[in-house]
Amino acid sequence: MQPAMNIGTLLSGLFTDTVGVSLPRFRPELCIVLTIILLLLCRMLPLVRRLDSGLVAFGGVCFAAWYAYVDFLGLGGLPGEAVLGSAGGRQEIFGGLLVFDSFTAFLRLVLTGFLLLFILLTKLSGIPDREDGADFYSLVLGSSLGMCLMASANHLLMVFMAVEMASVPSYVLAGMLKGRPASSEAALKYAVYGAGAAGVMLYGISLIAGILGTLQLPEVSAELARVMSAGGTSGSTMVLCLGGLMLTVGLAFKLSAVPFHFWCPDVFEGAAAEVGAFLSVASKAAAIALLIRVAFAFTMPTGMAESAVAATANALADARHFVVYTIGLLAAVTCTFGNLAAYGQTNMKRLLAYSTIAHAGYLMMAVAAAIAMLATTPAGARDAVTAVAFYLATYLFMNLGAFGIVALLRNRLRSEEIAAYAGLIRTSPGVVVAMAVVLVSLIGLPPLAGFVAKFLVFSSLVDAMMAGAERSLMLALLVIGGVNTVISLFYYLRVLKVMTFDPLPEDRVSEPFPLVSFSGAMVTGLVVPVVILGVFWSGLYAAARLAGVIAS
Amino acid sequence: MTLPPENPAFWPLTLIVFLPAIVAAFLSLPIVPKARDEAVRWITLGTTAVVFLLSLWMAVPQLFGAAGPGQFVIGEAGMQNVIKLPWIDAFGIEYLLGVDGISMPLVVLTTFLSMLAAAASWPITKHVKAYHVLFLLLETGMLGVFVSLDFFLFYVFWEVMLLPMYFLIGIWGGPRREYAAIKFFLYTLLGSVLMLIAILMLYFTSDVGLLSDEQLIATHVVQPASAVEEIAAIRSADGAVHTFNLMALAAVGQLPNSPFAANTIWLGMSLETWAFLLLLIGFVIKVPVVPVHTWLPDAHVEAPTPISMILAGVLLKLGGYGILRICYPICPGAGLSLAWLVCGVGVVSMVYGAFAALAQTDFKRMVAYSSVSHMGYVMLGLGVWSAVAGQEYRWDFWAQGVNGAMFQMLAHGISSAGMFFMVGVLYDRVHHRNLEEFGGIFGKMPVYSGLAVAVFFAGLGLPGLCGFIGEVLVTLSSWNYSPVLAVISAFTVILTAAYILWAIQRVYLGAEYRGPHEEALTPITSRELAIATPLVFLAIVFGVAPQTLFQYVTPSVNQQVETLAEWTRDVQDGSRRLMVADSSPRESAPLSVASVNSPVIKGAVSQ
Repeated sequence: MQPAMNIGTLLSGLFTDTVGVSLPRFRPELCIVLTIILLLLCRMLPLVRRLDSGLVAFGGVCFAAWYAYVDFLGLGGLPGEAVLGSAGGRQEIFGGLLVFDSFTAFLRLVLTGFLLLFILLTKLSGIPDREDGADFYSLVLGSSLGMCLMASANHLLMVFMAVEMASVPSYVLAGMLKGRPASSEAALKYAVYGAGAAGVMLYGISLIAGILGTLQLPEVSAELARVMSAGGTSGSTMVLCLGGLMLTVGLAFKLSAVPFHFWCPDVFEGAAAEVGAFLSVASKAAAIALLIRVAFAFTMPTGMAESAVAATANALADARHFVVYTIGLLAAVTCTFGNLAAYGQTNMKRLLAYSTIAHAGYLMMAVAAAIAMLATTPAGARDAVTAVAFYLATYLFMNLGAFGIVALLRNRLRSEEIAAYAGLIRTSPGVVVAMAVVLVSLIGLPPLAGFVAKFLVFSSLVDAMMAGAERSLMLALLVIGGVNTVISLFYYLRVLKVMTFDPLPEDRVSEPFPLVSFSGAMVTGLVVPVVILGVFWSGLYAAARLAGVIAS
Repeated sequence: MTLPPENPAFWPLTLIVFLPAIVAAFLSLPIVPKARDEAVRWITLGTTAVVFLLSLWMAVPQLFGAAGPGQFVIGEAGMQNVIKLPWIDAFGIEYLLGVDGISMPLVVLTTFLSMLAAAASWPITKHVKAYHVLFLLLETGMLGVFVSLDFFLFYVFWEVMLLPMYFLIGIWGGPRREYAAIKFFLYTLLGSVLMLIAILMLYFTSDVGLLSDEQLIATHVVQPASAVEEIAAIRSADGAVHTFNLMALAAVGQLPNSPFAANTIWLGMSLETWAFLLLLIGFVIKVPVVPVHTWLPDAHVEAPTPISMILAGVLLKLGGYGILRICYPICPGAGLSLAWLVCGVGVVSMVYGAFAALAQTDFKRMVAYSSVSHMGYVMLGLGVWSAVAGQEYRWDFWAQGVNGAMFQMLAHGISSAGMFFMVGVLYDRVHHRNLEEFGGIFGKMPVYSGLAVAVFFAGLGLPGLCGFIGEVLVTLSSWNYSPVLAVISAFTVILTAAYILWAIQRVYLGAEYRGPHEEALTPITSRELAIATPLVFLAIVFGVAPQTLFQYVTPSVNQQVETLAEWTRDVQDGSRRLMVADSSPRESAPLSVASVNSPVIKGAVSQ
């Protein structure tokens, strides 16, 4: 730092950096911010007060999605990976607080795409009502903004801020159903858990910062290697482990990983199904992205000369081992517990909550495989990150489809209990077929997208195993993943069984649910991609592969 | 998607597989009115008939004039009519279909039985449209398994069958249908998951770069038209080039320096052994063998008659086909060292199934257990061939066993479907299946009883009917491997005779009918006659002239067996590779030049 540098040059430098470099990479988020402001302003101006807030939100998100798409294409086009630099067109923005790379771009595309479909769904399902619309959508968009930041966080402080920004609006969303005690309870539970997890996480971050002397994620690996290779005192390693675990607690809370999942079933059951869809898809995608960012920062040598990479990688071997085992064990426990607990559920939203927990487990398996292969086989690590990205994109359609059907059925059946779906095939065969496609895809049977996602996760595990990276853990995860697939069959099929095998209850009052309607079109629009992506998945895979570049 | 390729086999094969699915998609559209059940039945029957004719057109060119392009050349051993289109480039997954002497008869069997089962579906009156949609999807899955040569594609088809079958049993089945349906699904999915793990392990270890140029062309890894560039690309690739191509995987597995044998995974066993075991478990669940057979009696008994026909006639064959097409060629070393396992479970299920059948009082359950027993012969026949350890080494004995197993599969497809249909005819009339409450059917339904007894005799293995040939070949060939097993399997024939003759005696013979609904025992209808007669006819034809089937099966089976026999000899005469590989890393066992120039490669090239 030159003493001669005055505040003027600092400011002008900051200005050029922000306007010239950072803001162009921040356009989707800017659109979301503007939409939020617009939503809030619309209420004040008498002329546009009657304007439908869902429409405003949809329009704003359209722009955001468009820019996200343009940014993604700007990476070099789908086949032209060669254009990309080795680190995925990596570019630090806002003074290194955020990072723009292919992974960010992919995640933003997934998130904004999800928002588009989500807003359409909420318009059709009627939650929120007209009065709550502006509140609801500004909360959703605010939370999404936090999720976009989670996907691009490059600084441990930013990690914390992004998590909070995504979480706090979610607490309110969970309590959106006014006058329902279950909803308020869900919101309170969520907020208390969230606050606790955030506190622990912040404490962990401060411990790490204290030992390593940096909060910048790209510098963490070098500092960590320095501390590790210096031998260090056992105390510093201990504190680092503790800090890492505390940081994991915060991430595991967002991921609803066991044992930090307790909020998830209650919140999903208490909140509206639409909110469940938002939390299970968008929140999960952002959390997994953040997990990858943070875990990579601690295990992958970045920001150093070529010559130092190998030495750093060696020094980080212990850290990698620690991280892989932490994530791997969390994944195994989460997956198994989620599937076993789902078995006994009678409420559809609760069942889907446990299914969400289980799927977080599968996703974390691929993350563990990616980190295991970082040092030895970067190509394999890239494939594993690709698997995660692909999984997230397909999970969007599967889970939004499932929750969407639950929401639309709720409007007709006035119930979200599985038993209420009895004999639905007699009156509404179309929606039952749609539900069957979604659930079977969640089991992971071909030729549906869920199978491909699971295939990619398992293949990254086998790849790691064959490459000799943490072989025994990978083998264990593979077996656990396989067994879990079989377990999950039970409860997904039980829903289908009730819908098809069971007789129609005599007191069913609902009108049929025809597929030839707006709601039907919505369901079809969510389900058809599940089938198409299960058969023709080359394109999505190529896109996901771009996102995976950050691992190589 | 590329445009329809020039390959003359593209449309026949593609239509055979996908026409049922296309019609199913059409039927499920809302434009087809719900009430037109009769039309739906006829459309389904017509579709299955068209698919049958298409497969017949491929398989028996003589029937349709001179053989043309796209048709099957009888007597040629290798893979024919291979079509290859890229599907998922990132993983090298291809739309790779083809038929050889092993799969062609099974394809025709499937289309034939599907047609008969569609005709047998007339008594289904509940949700007719949904039933036929699922039925057609099931047919696509079954046919796809038999013709796909890409492991990923194979797995996709393998799984596609599960869901329709689950619903077909669960909605249209008997009283315990829900239990039977979920049990079937659970067992099969467990096997499939294990298979998926094995597939991934094989994929990530495979490397087509190890194959010679000739092998690359012979296994269809590269297109002959652009072979030079594609081979150059494979040779210049850094790192291994993985493949899902079943023929290429087999060629890699049979290399003297097979990477599958070189990798030790767990418990000191090689990847080859583990993959063989995982695949074997996946397939024997489908076969099924004791002790993973328990889904079968439940599923077969609860399923409606046409679905029982499909289950017994086709689905069980998928397991045997998988073992023959995938397990042995890809993991020959493991096949050699685990032959005792395959033969052992075969004989155990043979005997167990026969005893269990003797103990049944439910007619359909008895037939179901007879399937377990009969499929035991298939396992024994498939297993014996690789067993040579310490004995004089005659590949023709093994070929006899595998040919016998193949014949047994086809014959059992005819006879078991027939038996289930015959039981179904009775059940439709009197609505019970208790063996103790029949009798005197011969007097009331003479034509039906004549046909039924013929089918049961075929299942019994009476000389002159189709069941005999397979059993006798398997028993003979197993003598060379283990006289004990041969003696047991020969004695099982007595048990088979016992339960079938006893059943015939209790049901068809006797003075009078002892059960309820006697008035319903009306003579066989013309629709039922039209289903039963072809089955009886084929049972006799295959028994009298087994050559009709052997002319397809034998060349392909013999070639595969011979190739693997050469491979085994290579192993035996070479550095005792298996034993070395089991005890120490492969690097310590240098390969002799002789083993590199082994006849295996020649065999694989000619494949």
